[in-house]
Amino acid sequence: MRQFSYSRPDTLDTACHTPDHTRYLAGGTNLIDLMKSDVERPEHVVDLSALSMSQIEERPDGGLRLGALATNADTAAHPLVTERYPLLASAILAGASPQIRNRATNGGNLNQRTRCHYFYDPDMACNKRSPGTGCSAKGGRNRIMAILGTSDACIATFPSDMCVALAALNATVHLTGPEGERSVPLRDYHRLPEDTPWQDNILRTGEIVTSIDLPPLSFGSHHTYLKIRDRLSFAFAIVSVAAGLQMENNTIGKACIAMGGVGTKPWCVPEAEALLEGKTPSPSLFRDAAECLLQGAVTDRDNAAKLKLAPRVIIRALSQAAAGTPQSQTQKTIF
Amino acid sequence: MTLHSAKIGQPVSRIDGLAKVTGQARYAAEPHPAGMLYGFIVNSPIARGRIETIRDEAARAVPGVVEIMTHLNRPHSALFEKSYMDGLGVPGSPYRPLHDAEISFNGQPVAVVLAETFEAAREAAMLLEVDYERWPHNADFEASLHQKYMPSKTRSNYVPPKSRGNAAEAYALSPIKIEGRYHLAPEHHNPMEMHATTVIAEDDGTFTVWDKTQGPQAVQAYLTSALSLSKDQVRVRNPYVGGAFGSGLRAQHNVFLAALGAKMLKRSVRITLTRQQMFTHVFRPEAVMNIALGAQPDGTLQSMIVDGVTDTSRFEHNMENLVIWGLINYKCPNATADYKVAPRDTYTSSDMRAPGAATGVNLFEMAVDEMAYACNMDPLAFRLHNYSDIDAMHDMPLTSKALKEAMHEGAERFGWYNRPIAPKSMRDGKELIGWGMATGIWDAMFSPTSARATLIADGRLHIATAASDIGTGTYTILAQTASEAFGIPIEMIDIELGDSTLPECPTEGGSWTAASAGAAVWLACQSLREKLFKTLGKSGNISAWLTAGLSNNTTVLQDGFLQDKDADENLRLSLSEALSLTGQDRLEVEETAKPGLRGTISQMRKARFTHSAVFCEVRVDEELGIVRVTRLVNAVAAGRIMNPKTAASQVRGAMVMATGMALHEESLMDERVGRFMNHNFAEYHIPAHADIPDMDVLFVEEKDREVSPLGVKGVGEIGMCGTAAAIANAIFHATGQRHRSLPITPGN
Repeated sequence: MRQFSYSRPDTLDTACHTPDHTRYLAGGTNLIDLMKSDVERPEHVVDLSALSMSQIEERPDGGLRLGALATNADTAAHPLVTERYPLLASAILAGASPQIRNRATNGGNLNQRTRCHYFYDPDMACNKRSPGTGCSAKGGRNRIMAILGTSDACIATFPSDMCVALAALNATVHLTGPEGERSVPLRDYHRLPEDTPWQDNILRTGEIVTSIDLPPLSFGSHHTYLKIRDRLSFAFAIVSVAAGLQMENNTIGKACIAMGGVGTKPWCVPEAEALLEGKTPSPSLFRDAAECLLQGAVTDRDNAAKLKLAPRVIIRALSQAAAGTPQSQTQKTIF
Repeated sequence: MTLHSAKIGQPVSRIDGLAKVTGQARYAAEPHPAGMLYGFIVNSPIARGRIETIRDEAARAVPGVVEIMTHLNRPHSALFEKSYMDGLGVPGSPYRPLHDAEISFNGQPVAVVLAETFEAAREAAMLLEVDYERWPHNADFEASLHQKYMPSKTRSNYVPPKSRGNAAEAYALSPIKIEGRYHLAPEHHNPMEMHATTVIAEDDGTFTVWDKTQGPQAVQAYLTSALSLSKDQVRVRNPYVGGAFGSGLRAQHNVFLAALGAKMLKRSVRITLTRQQMFTHVFRPEAVMNIALGAQPDGTLQSMIVDGVTDTSRFEHNMENLVIWGLINYKCPNATADYKVAPRDTYTSSDMRAPGAATGVNLFEMAVDEMAYACNMDPLAFRLHNYSDIDAMHDMPLTSKALKEAMHEGAERFGWYNRPIAPKSMRDGKELIGWGMATGIWDAMFSPTSARATLIADGRLHIATAASDIGTGTYTILAQTASEAFGIPIEMIDIELGDSTLPECPTEGGSWTAASAGAAVWLACQSLREKLFKTLGKSGNISAWLTAGLSNNTTVLQDGFLQDKDADENLRLSLSEALSLTGQDRLEVEETAKPGLRGTISQMRKARFTHSAVFCEVRVDEELGIVRVTRLVNAVAAGRIMNPKTAASQVRGAMVMATGMALHEESLMDERVGRFMNHNFAEYHIPAHADIPDMDVLFVEEKDREVSPLGVKGVGEIGMCGTAAAIANAIFHATGQRHRSLPITPGN
């Protein structure tokens, strides 16, 4: 990696006021890899670990606040998370490995970068890594690339599992920056690539994710995180679905659904959720929802399999949620 | 603790296990000589062309950078291509690192930064700017098939296919036919330990080279030849190797470049490849096989027509024994096969665990399954019906073939006989269940090998041979062999391997080490034992010998003591006492095992193979197509098993690798640039724990006094052969769908 300065401020204010070409370091599970691969070339690395942002606490409204520096492992194991937001715990456990989850933080998960082969290889053209160089994933080996939300400039998939659940749960992201604090719905936090794919999200210079709020929302057992990947563990999603349904007398009340592995950001289609609400679960209803979710999908050379699989995964996930039989992340049979 | 001789055949735990788990075992990148420089390789981003300019100002400005070695400033190395030929090389023009400006493959080293720290070397490598003139290239396998050819000079181990009968006519006349195009994606070896070399520049001007290799003497020969050094200037060591799977058969560019740097700067140099750089050299070739089989309605094979192609580079002709296996293993009156290589602008593909057979056996066994179904026969019954007791291709008898026994014992263990033939006939909830099987075959090779046995003053037995233990258990089985052959507890034995100065041993590979080095150690220990008795008999200390109550006729050497075979244990001499009675401070012998040892190899030529029968259960989600391997049973016939624990471990390891071949592993070539793009462990998927069920490995009894001096066949590769096909065949049985291209990934 290239030379960089390192600092570990002990106030958020100091951390927000940093020079250009700064990268924030939390768990380091992604940033350090990218620096070794010469993808990230920060001049300054600001380590956030001295800031106290690792609490997980109840909100007065009955929701939950997840500190940005709480680790994925601690979050997934927290009693309030496992009791009230098992969908989130499940999505976290579907990702990475125990070792990585022990290091990786919630804020870091939001800000992780794509796993696109071409982004990761500095010898290849990539608009996300080197603006204006072009997209070599298009027409290349793009089996893992996105089919939704792509642009001519970029087809890179946003790889997180956790954020798919956060999107389904309508989480809110709290930010602090040089100009103060603001909050953004998680669904609006990540950006479509359009013609500026190097901007993964709406973070402004010097802004730091401080916490993530989960609204008071319960699905009982009517939720699931279903992840399809190339091997049964420790692989990024080909297609994943986070679904939560509020069921009353076999009728869907509020419906929440988001997809991972297929989009350039966690993929949500409010119309698909609306389409489910007030209806009785049925295969044809789920098919309609799948069709709605996948509207506008575009495949490239190698990733047509995603489009073939996606509707089946959506239907299965909605069936699991409706039946109240969430997918286990340890028992690999898909019920 | 009572010490006992650990005989051949006992499940002894690895004697090097403690050293490995406590970090005592030293690997190629671990020596830290004073003043050592770190080398970092800069790789070409283009597949073909030439270097125009190298701008290194920024790179040289990085503090700690000592030198940037390129084709322009490298020290003299051998001029002629033949000086770069390595022992296990393939015909053609071997790649000469930093030889000139020409680029022949993507990832080709174009420079090596040498710096005081690894960090400085890598940073400078990132700052080096190289301009290239790009030439057209082809890295697409399908396109390269149009240029397939048969090399005029073949690899020394190449077995040309031999036709019999009239396959085309018999196929045309066969009432039942199947035909298909089968494909295997390229794979990378990806041993846990990345390739690395530490060259220690010794004070006397010689070089001690710690290299990740399967053959220290081959690397020594390569370096002396390519760098114009004399043999006594280069010592190569590889006492521990963290897996290799064939990637360490040939000297890789890291060892040449590290030695070149050390020669240039007269300093110690270490080069380690990153995981990403592990995708810039050897890989298992992509392969395609067209297989046509004809049979009678009763399942009697009438015709086998096989043609196959694997890829190679433009500059070397890598060849595999791809198409022969079905012709050898099945009785069928008419058979023909053809093999070619297809050139593309990549590095040369190379041997990877069971080269040729891992691909050829698995793809052929997938076709056999199709034929069994076309005949409406149970796949096991079909194979038994067409069983050959001889090498059917060469019409040659075999030293042994307990495949039938393996089939029955494996089937019994698996519970195969309850299997409904019809596909898609077993299910559990949303999952379809399928049972598949296949057979495996691999060479049982033997290579002349030398070993030295030395009895030293403290009564310990020292064994030395230039073999490499790449993680397979060689240290352990050689200790067991010495223990039994000499009559000494395993704890009193020291095994020294992995050093070019030791008695000659061929490069580890091909599953021949157990049989070959084992035989050499056996012979050396027997010879040392005789020498001890003879020397004791001759020495002037007969009285002491007798005082101990021992006589020449009734004395035996067991558990580390010379004792009367009938007398009680008090009347015995320790080996250190015995050695001191000889008046010498050590007794030493060196022996070379040859195929003819003890007359066990028959004069008549016979073919020799290891066999296996693999049974697999998969569960496949009917809608999502997600495959889970839930049971694997492998019954192996591999002659005498020296250590069932390490042997089963090897077979299991290969079965994991074969599961990867069937379901996960695939190096994705972007033919536009000639680079394998998924060059990291996040995206090159090897099986995770969740993908692997409990695996049941059993060894069937197979007494074979002809195959090798100890009756050993070797088990390093047989686990690859058949396992991937058994999985693919089980997927068919579960789903009724044939997949003819491996790996079978979700969505396909």
